[in-house]
Amino acid sequence: MDKAVRDKYTVVIGLEIHAQLNTNSKAFSSDSNQYGSTPNSNVSPISLGHPGTLPRLNEKSIEFGIKLGIACNSDITEYNEFSRKNYFYADLPKGYQITQFDTPICTGGHVPIRLSNGETKNIGLTRIHIEEDSGKSIHDIDPFNSLVDLNRAGVPLLEIVTEPEIASEEEAYEYLSEVRKLVRYLDICDGNMEEGSMRCDANISVMLNGAKEFGEKVEVKNMNSIRNVKRAISFEINRQIELCEKNVEILSETRGFDAPNGSTIQMRGKEGVNDYRFFPEPDLLPYVVTEAKIETIKAEMPMLPNELLAVYTNKYGLSEYDALNIIEIKEIGTYYNQIVSLTSNYKGAANWIMGTIKSHLNKFGITIAEFSVTPQHIAEILLLIDTHKISNSSASKKLFPALLKSPEKTATQLAESLDLIQNSDSDDLAGVIDEIFTKFPGETGRIKGGEMKLIGFFMGQIMKASGGKADPKMTNKLLMQKIKS
Amino acid sequence: MASNYTNYLTYREALESGSTTAVNEVKSFLTEIESQKHLNAFLETFDETALAQAEVVDQKIKQGTAGKLAGMVIGLKDNLCYKDHSVSVSSKILTHFKSLFSGTAVERLLAEDAIIIGRLNCDEFAMGSSNEKSAFGPVLNPVDTTRVPGGSSGGSAVAVAANLCHASLGTDTGGSVRQPASFTGTVGLKPTYGRISRWGLIAYASSLDQIGPFTKAVQDSALLLEVMAGGDEFDTTSSQKPVDAYASAKSEGPKKVAVLRDALESEGLSPAVKARFIEIIEKLKAKGHQVEVVDFNLLNQMVPTYYVVSNAEASSNLSRFDGIHYGYRSEQATDIESTYVKSRTEGFGTEVKRRIMMGTFVLSTGYYDAYFAKAQKVRRLIQDKTKAIFQDYDFVLTPTTPHAAFKLGHNSDDPVAMYLEDIFTVHANLAGNPAISLPLGTNEEGMPFGIQLMAPFFGEKELFGFSEEMMKL
Repeated sequence: MDKAVRDKYTVVIGLEIHAQLNTNSKAFSSDSNQYGSTPNSNVSPISLGHPGTLPRLNEKSIEFGIKLGIACNSDITEYNEFSRKNYFYADLPKGYQITQFDTPICTGGHVPIRLSNGETKNIGLTRIHIEEDSGKSIHDIDPFNSLVDLNRAGVPLLEIVTEPEIASEEEAYEYLSEVRKLVRYLDICDGNMEEGSMRCDANISVMLNGAKEFGEKVEVKNMNSIRNVKRAISFEINRQIELCEKNVEILSETRGFDAPNGSTIQMRGKEGVNDYRFFPEPDLLPYVVTEAKIETIKAEMPMLPNELLAVYTNKYGLSEYDALNIIEIKEIGTYYNQIVSLTSNYKGAANWIMGTIKSHLNKFGITIAEFSVTPQHIAEILLLIDTHKISNSSASKKLFPALLKSPEKTATQLAESLDLIQNSDSDDLAGVIDEIFTKFPGETGRIKGGEMKLIGFFMGQIMKASGGKADPKMTNKLLMQKIKS
Repeated sequence: MASNYTNYLTYREALESGSTTAVNEVKSFLTEIESQKHLNAFLETFDETALAQAEVVDQKIKQGTAGKLAGMVIGLKDNLCYKDHSVSVSSKILTHFKSLFSGTAVERLLAEDAIIIGRLNCDEFAMGSSNEKSAFGPVLNPVDTTRVPGGSSGGSAVAVAANLCHASLGTDTGGSVRQPASFTGTVGLKPTYGRISRWGLIAYASSLDQIGPFTKAVQDSALLLEVMAGGDEFDTTSSQKPVDAYASAKSEGPKKVAVLRDALESEGLSPAVKARFIEIIEKLKAKGHQVEVVDFNLLNQMVPTYYVVSNAEASSNLSRFDGIHYGYRSEQATDIESTYVKSRTEGFGTEVKRRIMMGTFVLSTGYYDAYFAKAQKVRRLIQDKTKAIFQDYDFVLTPTTPHAAFKLGHNSDDPVAMYLEDIFTVHANLAGNPAISLPLGTNEEGMPFGIQLMAPFFGEKELFGFSEEMMKL
């Protein structure tokens, strides 16, 4: 789309995220909440919606909701009522979903995102509420029947609803990435959009800049990655602006994202809207959140991404780029934190993670959880380097591969057995340099005459003669002294 | 024993002395049920499991290890779950359905060695006041088989009245235990909301439903409550309050009894009921109790409030019967939409459909405030006023029903007239208080009727104590 056309319009986006909570059991029963189990195996009569059953609140889902609320600076609701949302569907065995309607566990709050210009923008939250997931309808296995798997029925969800404050697909992307990071750092949801443990619906409208009323809102569903949310929103913005430009009315409707084509297609119009007939769930007592409960949860909160960013940049002196890079994936952030609890070479630890370690992970396509070298190993390597016992290059080229093979050994043990402990004795080194000078009289004359580009040649020869054990810094220093003498 | 059973303690003595056995008892009940089949009280008898239980009980009696209810033969209303047994709430929609678990009340009865003999007919989904709304035909009143036994727990009432078991369980959402108790001359209790766990009770209206026993004697009612009551992790609305020794309750000292003016002066009150009611008031006064007429002024709001709340909840509670997961599925169904529409159209009876539609309506956008929200407000008013009365009085006394049992078909064309049957009973459900119907009256046609006593929250012990005294009036 022509930028000039797009710039005539203000885009208004609100997102609804459903985050599946990684509690051990379901929201209203003791059935297991294990992803990937055999279909219809995590189902007691409660999950099956059998007559005579009653829900039982899993307090963990309340606690997880409070955690997220604290992290987003939301107000935590004291008196929590549950409600029933009534509708018929094959994967909803009770014919209603237990949710929170009038009293969401959290109201207000915000999630800060970083804009491309480096500024921070707070995306306001309307509410976060607890509800149970439905089962899963499967239409593509049996050619004649739809199949229903009720393992997911009753799994706790947090629905996180933003204010209509997201102004572009890029902001939506950033917001989702931030929320995913948050739920992962809080360890309440694995944030995996591909597996559906985090899902997102987008409400999108456009209006001419300065307009007083929002444009007609379109809801887009079925986006199974953060990237696809961005693509879908992008498509939808363009579609709506094109309609506006042609003076065609935009219909309030629900559209689905068609990933292969990168487009959105109509799922249902406004007339298909359900009357959910919400009313208070009479089978559950209201849940009262005490101040003490909030304090206990606060005390147990882990460091959150933004708090880590402040520590990394202010205390550890990392660049914002490096800090964000490490924080991006929780497990890597944790790994880094473990290294720096053992060493004060914060920058060195960061370099190791972003260099040697990340390229190893990328090369083998593994996560840090599958990585055998421990933070203790890395801290030890840093110590060996910092005390000039080994060189940076032998650490990454020789010691690191050896540790991958024998992670049960310490770095020092391996450095010794590989004979990597470098010679930092200046007398020995001086002798080696003299030998090289004698061996290459021509070059020696030229470098002493000022042809400094030969320094590389001499460094190489010295390293070779010392079997790679010469400390490069020390060697360089001595070599310079001898050239000038 | 079976046919001249009076109360459990007497029967227990007979068991202990060996003059009867649980096996004999079960066998003679099974024979009697068969010979009284025309009453249509039992939908099914559990001969095999009941006899097996009876054998175990007889062993335990001999060994001296028998529980509190050993050998008590109990029938269950067909909305109480009993593991591996059919349960249908007298509806076609639960065709072929067997429960995967036993409800808490049933578990607790079994743990004390009671014997479950079968399941009892009721109005479909406990919706009705005459037991004419069962998919399996009406239950007849054993006192006069041209009359209804009341509902919805009609089968449970008749089973006890006609000596087809020692005691039975019903459920009471708006009077479904007390009204049939009144019509059949039995003792029917609706405990405080939350006193007995609802786990395993197939819901009609969750905020009103309570399980309650039908018995011949007040002390049996107390004994059964003692066993079934108490907190339950499977029902978070159940109360954790400790369970009193109900069975040993005695009435002490003079009591203050409130009579609601609107009940006393109610237009629909039959002369026989009114006369006996006034007579009882006078007798209580004569015994030194203080009986006073108080204004309540919400009697006319009771039934509408009750029907809005109960139907709203029912419309949601009954959504699970959709033809997809279990129970009845229409053979005409071709896709998901027609599975719902046809299965529910064919599977539910008229009264159930009427209430689902009414309940759906009062919860709909645009009507919620006018009906459901307003009913909740009136309910709160009723609760507050009731609490206020119990600040000053120990009990509230009313007739259980305005009249004795009516003829089959009498109210069948007029659902509103049928709903007004509940005028004195819905109060205890809306407010949550315990109430009992005591068989204290008989009209000129020889039909029994009950007098209802309501107590403060969790005042069952006092309720039983005073009931024993009332039974001597």
